[in-house]
Amino acid sequence: MQASRFWLTRPFAERSTQLFLAVLLAAMTLVTLLHVALPQGHPLHVNAYTVNLFGKYLSYALLAVAVDLVWGYLGILSLGHGAFFALGGYAMGMYLMRQIGDRGVYGHPELPDFMVFLNWDALPWYWAGFDMAWFAFLMVLLAPGALALVFGFLAFRSRVTGVYLSIITQALTFALMLAFFRNEMGFGGNNGLTDFRDILGFNLRSDQTRLGLFLASGVALALGYLLCRAIVGSKLGRVCVATRDAEARTRFLGYRVERVQLFVFVVSAMLAGVAGALYVPQVGIINPSEFSPLFSIEIVLWVALGGRATLYGAVIGAILVNYAKTVFTGVMPDAWLFALGGLFVLVTVFLPRGVAGLLAWRIRRRRRPDDDEPTGSEVSA
Amino acid sequence: MSLLRSLADRDRVFDFLVPATSPVDVRHGPILYLEDVTVSFDGFKAINRLNLTIDDGELRCIIGPNGAGKTTMMDIITGKTRPDSGQVWFGSRHDLLAMNEPEIASLGIGRKFQKPTVFEALSVFENLELAMAADKRILPTLTARMSGEIRDRIEEVLVTIGLAELRARPAGILSHGQKQWLEIGMLLMQRPRLLLVDEPVAGMTEQEMARTAELLTGLAGKQSVVVVEHDMGFVRSIARQVTVLHQGSVLAEGTMDQVASDPRVVEVYLGAEDEEPA
Amino acid sequence: MRRLLFFWLLSLLAVPLGAQAQPSADDDSAAIALLEALDVGSFADKAAGIEAIVQSDDERARGWLQALLDGRLQRADDGRFVVVLDNRGRDWPVEDALTGEPLGEMSRRDLDRIGINNALRNQLRSAIAVVDLYAPDLTLRRASAERLLGEVDADLAGPLAEVIEGEEDARVRQRLSQALAIHRLEQGEVAAVADLEGSLHPRVRVALARAASGDDPVLVDAARSALNGIEQMIKVNRAAETLYFGLSLGSVLVLAAIGLAITFGVMGVINMAHGELIMLGAYTTWAMQQLLPGQPGLALVLSVPAGFLVAALAGIAIERGVIQFLKGRPLETLLATFGISLILQQLVRTVISPQNRTVVSPEWMSGSIAINDALSLTLNRMVVIGFALAVFAGLMLIMRRTRLGLEVRAVTQNRAMARSMGIRATRVDILTFALGSGVAGLAGVALSQLTNVGPNLGQNYIIDSFMVVVFGGVGNLWGTLVAGLSLGVINQVLEPWAGAVLAKIIVLVFIILFIQKRPRGLFPQKGRAAEG
Repeated sequence: MQASRFWLTRPFAERSTQLFLAVLLAAMTLVTLLHVALPQGHPLHVNAYTVNLFGKYLSYALLAVAVDLVWGYLGILSLGHGAFFALGGYAMGMYLMRQIGDRGVYGHPELPDFMVFLNWDALPWYWAGFDMAWFAFLMVLLAPGALALVFGFLAFRSRVTGVYLSIITQALTFALMLAFFRNEMGFGGNNGLTDFRDILGFNLRSDQTRLGLFLASGVALALGYLLCRAIVGSKLGRVCVATRDAEARTRFLGYRVERVQLFVFVVSAMLAGVAGALYVPQVGIINPSEFSPLFSIEIVLWVALGGRATLYGAVIGAILVNYAKTVFTGVMPDAWLFALGGLFVLVTVFLPRGVAGLLAWRIRRRRRPDDDEPTGSEVSA
Repeated sequence: MSLLRSLADRDRVFDFLVPATSPVDVRHGPILYLEDVTVSFDGFKAINRLNLTIDDGELRCIIGPNGAGKTTMMDIITGKTRPDSGQVWFGSRHDLLAMNEPEIASLGIGRKFQKPTVFEALSVFENLELAMAADKRILPTLTARMSGEIRDRIEEVLVTIGLAELRARPAGILSHGQKQWLEIGMLLMQRPRLLLVDEPVAGMTEQEMARTAELLTGLAGKQSVVVVEHDMGFVRSIARQVTVLHQGSVLAEGTMDQVASDPRVVEVYLGAEDEEPA
Repeated sequence: MRRLLFFWLLSLLAVPLGAQAQPSADDDSAAIALLEALDVGSFADKAAGIEAIVQSDDERARGWLQALLDGRLQRADDGRFVVVLDNRGRDWPVEDALTGEPLGEMSRRDLDRIGINNALRNQLRSAIAVVDLYAPDLTLRRASAERLLGEVDADLAGPLAEVIEGEEDARVRQRLSQALAIHRLEQGEVAAVADLEGSLHPRVRVALARAASGDDPVLVDAARSALNGIEQMIKVNRAAETLYFGLSLGSVLVLAAIGLAITFGVMGVINMAHGELIMLGAYTTWAMQQLLPGQPGLALVLSVPAGFLVAALAGIAIERGVIQFLKGRPLETLLATFGISLILQQLVRTVISPQNRTVVSPEWMSGSIAINDALSLTLNRMVVIGFALAVFAGLMLIMRRTRLGLEVRAVTQNRAMARSMGIRATRVDILTFALGSGVAGLAGVALSQLTNVGPNLGQNYIIDSFMVVVFGGVGNLWGTLVAGLSLGVINQVLEPWAGAVLAKIIVLVFIILFIQKRPRGLFPQKGRAAEG
């Protein structure tokens, strides 16, 4: 039964959240210690490259949590979450670009290199303000949030759901990718934004900054996770599940289903934006390929593999798949797409509830051996 | 944090304020009033100039052969389907055609579907919690807290529908009959003025049917109840007023005995009683 | 030169065509003399030599002139005049310029080209054009009339008028009159404008524009108004051309989407690997051409059934291997088939090549049909349009008139009921999916004629295809046709002022907004069945 607590602090009472936070904290501490305390060359030393890699995984994990929030609990399969991720990334990239100042190749005091190269003589209006960190960080939330708000408002109001929604979210991110490829957009076209120097005055190439970004990603993941937990653990979370399983019924109970969908969709988009903003300084580049439909659908795979509607499953899935990707592309790059494609098939056919659901699924199978219908707690898409 | 809490506390008040005052104006008698309603799908008139009046506190049974337009009528009242022409009034103040589904629901019209639809992934208790009359906007829902009073109300309904033992189990594991009762329980949580119940006993055993009849007759008086049903035995056991629909309009109206002796009704419907599935 | 030509023309008019004498032994000495006159140092002497050949009644004259123009008339070391047939490589096949008999291959070092300059080239072209005006072959006459446009001068004007009278073909007559009218226009004759009105040929427009900027106010006015009329017609023709390109792009979209309309619309299966089935069809065409080298036409025709079969078999494998386990879970189907699409792409990259493959267009598909001077319709696009319509018609027939179509519709509407009527739903599923996949293969065969065949081919079409199906209304083949064609046209209309990429973005955004407005597409299914 639900404990009557303040909604934001409620997750702390949940066993799964406590465990998740403990594991995350332990992992972050361990990596930090192994990186800082052990000398280079020590077999257990974690080098800066690896710290950076882990930081990247954590920002991906936050993105996966955002997707799980809408897909797992609300039943909206967004194939366009990469767009929100990329928008957050571009907002951060614009800030980092402005931080370069006159240290660019062309040494222009204000214009980024690519604009000088295109013979532009002034910053476009939408670049204004991105030299200020607070403004840029606000935009990390607002830009994806605004897109999600407009898109979601239109879609949910017209009750576009299910497969249709998936297809148009995919079209959305595809259209954005094409748009960002254009030099005229003023976002660096094909090459995107890169050659960043520092963030908030810290040199991006120093090991300390990398460790700092890793820790920031971990903290952001923890906070994002807590926020999502708080939402799904509240009555609103139960309304989400109700919407997912029987939208019309929920409507007849008097809930404004489209507003619930819009609210959760926007929150999710903002989380994705934060993930993108943390990702960009760690990889040092943002370009239109983050908008590609392939990336967006890959995020969904992370969640599916980890286990939908669990949140921690999304984190597990994101880290597992990306770790596998790092290993595979290093050892045999050609095999990676085979492995990825195979994962898609295997997970959906044999592991519909993902790694997280594997155990629970087995237990229930044993209890009800002759029933193949999806049962109560099983997620139906 | 304590400041936030006090804010959240204030929200609690709204949960109870909203449902308690029903704005429905029934001084003129009828709680539901349909006039000249017509709706067609691809040229086929599912409802054809239908007129129907339901009084406050009445228990009305609506019968009719398949395709008579019973479910479509429910769809129109709850805002799911828009009629091509006609008027639908709730009390004498609310024009239902000008409202959408959640608005109609929050006005106090509850509906039970033909096929029981409960939220299978949620527990029985949570199903009732969601159905409860409350402020259903987003932020109040997000910050909603379980008070003793709410818990008592849910427990009360759990007992009424006989599912107290199963309160923590997911609704998906309930039997067909139990799901039907849970759905009626959810309607009760809404404290509706008007209950629309679509084939409540389809697929039920004799005992379950008797229990359902008991439930529905217990509701009448406090709430107005409209029951659409095929099963004649069941209708006879609960009905005071019966309306017969045929080809989208009213064929006959009156007590069960009056209706049963109407030759037109016998011709289109009662004559085929034996063939109706129980 | 022109004056000589005049006499020559007159003399030719008196001689019935084809009644020239066969060359005899002593003719050949004359012919040798004619050719010898070309192999001289000064270009002025060569010009005289050309005139001499034109004046001679030798029926081989045109061949010599053409060979001279092309630089293929050469002199071997032994003094013989030869015509080079193919000047690639080191040894060239040649034939005797006099007898036409093949002389085998000669080393390029043993051959001496008879050089010409630009003035001689122009002279040769006019001369050949005039000679051709009397050719029995209609195509030659038409081509020559075409060439004379804007090339007529006072010397040619007189005889040309007579030629026009004697000509049987209307098109040749019209062209020659226009050529003559351009000459008359240049002479300041206002009446000539009337003969040029409505002609869309660029040379006519150049002549009129020149006249419009002249001194004679009457002529300027007349030329201007004629030009305005022509500009209007050109606009109409441009619009027609855009429409044609739009329809051709649209039929590609229809082809790509129609298979999806079956699997998605009829079966409710989201097949993200649909694009890769298209790719398989395209690769089948490529493979066919590898199997039948030198016969691209035959290979293409055979590719139609082969592409269908390959894609259909792949579709059956996908249906049996994955989709049947995911019945009723559309979003999972989407993910699983996406995985398959990745595997198929990578498979092609690994097995064949990550590079694009070239598929040759057969001769009957290259070239174009000229509707008028401003509008010509390329044949490959026309074939694709026709092919798309044929595939569509075929599918309509299958769905409406065959037992399979009936069973598919029955299973779609009520699976349980259909099964109880004795329809084997599983078999219908397989066949439907095979049909949809096979049509994707056909789309691939058609696409191989228009774009590069590479591993990413399918990816480029999958989003567009879904857009077409959703835009047209799921479950409605007519909707897919209308949606595909109209999206193609919209895209082509936008492209000139927005650019290709922006046009595509605009179309995507338009569809996204359209779906909000009408979630069920252009032609929605209505009624109870469509609810829920």
